[in-house]
Amino acid sequence: MNIDRDLFAKLDTYPHIVVCWIADDGYPLQTAAAFETDAGRGQVRISPTGVALPRDREVNIIASHIRPKPGEGYDERRYISLWGRIHPEDGAIVFRPERAWGWDENDIPFFEYAERSNHQAAKYLSRLSQERGIDVKPRLSPIWTFFLATRLPFLTATFIPILLGIAIAANDGFFSWGFAIGTIVAGAAIHIGLNVANDVFDALSGADDANVNPTQYSGGSRVIQYGLVSLPKMALISVTAYAVGLALGLYLVIARQSPELLVIGLAGLLISVFYTAPPVRLVHRGLGEIATGIGFGPVMVLGAYVVQAQQLAWEPLLASIPVGIFISLVLYVNEIPDRSGDAAAGKRTLPVRWSQPAVIRGFLVAVAAAFLLIAVAAPSGALPRPTLIALLAMPIAFEVYRGIRRDYNAPYELMATMGRNVQLHLVAGLLLFAGYLVAVIAERVSSSPPGVFT
Amino acid sequence: MTWIPAAVDAVLRKALVAELTVVGQSGQPLTHPLIPLWDGERLYMTSSVLFSKKVVHIKRNPKVSVAVTDPAGTGGIPTRCTVQGDARILEDDPHESWAEVLPLWRAKEPAIDAFLGKRFALPLFFERSLIEITLRRILYWADGDVAKPPEEAMAPGVVR
Repeated sequence: MNIDRDLFAKLDTYPHIVVCWIADDGYPLQTAAAFETDAGRGQVRISPTGVALPRDREVNIIASHIRPKPGEGYDERRYISLWGRIHPEDGAIVFRPERAWGWDENDIPFFEYAERSNHQAAKYLSRLSQERGIDVKPRLSPIWTFFLATRLPFLTATFIPILLGIAIAANDGFFSWGFAIGTIVAGAAIHIGLNVANDVFDALSGADDANVNPTQYSGGSRVIQYGLVSLPKMALISVTAYAVGLALGLYLVIARQSPELLVIGLAGLLISVFYTAPPVRLVHRGLGEIATGIGFGPVMVLGAYVVQAQQLAWEPLLASIPVGIFISLVLYVNEIPDRSGDAAAGKRTLPVRWSQPAVIRGFLVAVAAAFLLIAVAAPSGALPRPTLIALLAMPIAFEVYRGIRRDYNAPYELMATMGRNVQLHLVAGLLLFAGYLVAVIAERVSSSPPGVFT
Repeated sequence: MTWIPAAVDAVLRKALVAELTVVGQSGQPLTHPLIPLWDGERLYMTSSVLFSKKVVHIKRNPKVSVAVTDPAGTGGIPTRCTVQGDARILEDDPHESWAEVLPLWRAKEPAIDAFLGKRFALPLFFERSLIEITLRRILYWADGDVAKPPEEAMAPGVVR
């Protein structure tokens, strides 16, 4: 904190100060005092106090504020702490600050303040471990730790395209429960491997450390930064998850005797691994959004379709495009608050490379393209007509658009919009899936279904 | 502990914020605003490992003082006080040891339960050291007028 007019102006907003010093008996001593600032002379004039203020030693002056909130506690926390000496001047008690420190939660939100202090926690816990001779680490229940480390809720990004691929195959007359479950588990394992690998490589590159504005949707799981799971353990989790996914994938390829599935699976695996892994590091080259869209769109939808149908088709590829766009947009919007940390770590994401208006326009264009494709493909028969129901998700897209415009530079306020954007992917994807289910059921209940269902 | 003046007892029970001063490495005063938790006998404060420098200082030099000065945070009670005492750090298990003062904390900041419910989102915040302060001397201004000399109370057996 600089000692300047701005500091004195801030100090003026407090009703009183507390003067603190170390008394002759070695105990600190404090007294509240009235004061007025003289920014021009860089000093604080302290009103006389009932306790004599020391002139021969350093004092710490603190001004702090809270706003009580009955039933909750308080908010509006802020304080300014100044160090210097007190001396008489023209019959007044004058304090001239030599250094200053402070925090205002309106300037630095508490969560950011806490993130900026992660290193202090690590240092203290290490010190405590040395004092005790045992490893003192932060704890969280194994379930919550697994939930956080794997970012389990994001698996919807895998479930949606796989369910859609299975539904399209069912609509074409191909369905096997066993292979459906196998596909979902394999996809989920690869996704977990990707999520955890992403944290490992972002920890190694410093991207997650540099990000002091993580949210529940962005900035990684933070389990490495918080010391909950070590980097080697995370690497082991990632490798294990990939191994499970790979083994199941190979089983599906062999069981279905499908070279097409092998190619699709390999493409998905390579995209997943090289998303953040060197030397390719797609996300560092500005290809993260496209890679994510392809991986969680065409690769998964087409892969799930081929597992069931044992053949390629155009329809799952077409249906996968809006799904891929929506999942890309989840990443795209989540990258907005991460852009400073990403830039510092050399991750050339679109929000890093583009201006604010371009990023906002980019969202609008992409979301319009996704809905336009459905609006054209469903009535024309390229997709089943009931998939038109996915257009019901459009109001969510407008909400997200408005949220991005409003809170682009406010990471924590943007969290609600990021959550809504995840819902956009989820709702639009589930509605597409529901459209296919309606088509499948209609096919079953009637050998010659009404025209609207064909 | 009958030596605690009633006005001080009342304001410590009510205060939402107090200034804790510790002795820094070079002997300088270092002050931190914290929520004071008073059980009528000892004063408690808690410190997350995220903001643990004060705890390191206390371990090196346990002499501390705590001031309650802001009437806005005392529900309008005008009394101001400064208590001096000896602090000790209780952190056998930083994950849970501090929870023994949770009822006192909850009484002043009910929202803490909501934060605790989302502990998974703030895991380091809830790894905490408990600062237990045994009071030895109290200076207080019952009407809050710090321009006047304070009244003073000493713990039994304490010699200045």
